[in-house]
Amino acid sequence: MVYVPQELDHHFASQITDEVDRELKKGNVRQLVFDFSGTTFMDSSGIGMLMGRYRLLHYSGGRVSAIHVNDRVNRIMRLSGIYKYIEISQEAVWHQKRR
Amino acid sequence: MENTNEMTLEMDSRSCNEGLARITVAAFATQLNPTLEEVADIKTAVSEAITNCIVHAYEKETEKIRIDCTICGRELTVAVTDHGRGIENVEKAMEPMFTTKPEQDRSGMGFAFMEAFMDMLEVESEPGKGTVVRMKKKIGTGSQVFE
Repeated sequence: MVYVPQELDHHFASQITDEVDRELKKGNVRQLVFDFSGTTFMDSSGIGMLMGRYRLLHYSGGRVSAIHVNDRVNRIMRLSGIYKYIEISQEAVWHQKRR
Repeated sequence: MENTNEMTLEMDSRSCNEGLARITVAAFATQLNPTLEEVADIKTAVSEAITNCIVHAYEKETEKIRIDCTICGRELTVAVTDHGRGIENVEKAMEPMFTTKPEQDRSGMGFAFMEAFMDMLEVESEPGKGTVVRMKKKIGTGSQVFE
């Protein structure tokens, strides 16, 4: 679970990318959930950051989702078409690890 | 008397200034009594223009970005000027999803968002000299203007 800051722009997106990728490199991550409950602003850098993480996880069959998205952030996500790749929902849906 | 006003902000091309830029322009626009939706539109468009300057125009260099805002009647004009590398092919750069930096997680949606959230977008660029991005938006058409 990643808690997204109040404003997700290029500045904060690169900080999240660094931290999340450090965790991803350790392996064992199959699902990433970005919690937008505290986020009021997002621009295309946020879209880039989410798509980048989707690409990384998608290779190993992992999933990326976004929860608690407000109307504004939702509009940006719809406009960019990212919802086709990233699940947007109210609450986190944890997918059981397939054995 | 016609309602006109001007504001210029010049700042370093550091990513920590992106928030300052969009909040300053949004605050300047409040005299037009915008809706929350319009404020959010302006903030997104300014954020995209500034990010382009930092990521593309100046890359790793720290140089100056200038933002000129003008209000004329109900119309807000925002011009973002850099003296960075410039854009070889403006038409191509403005295509949605086109980016020269996919490895840096750039979505290629910057100009598309500026176009979507503002009424007019104009890009003038000369390789090696810099770029001016000019955007216009009519604000608060249904509300009173603060003078």
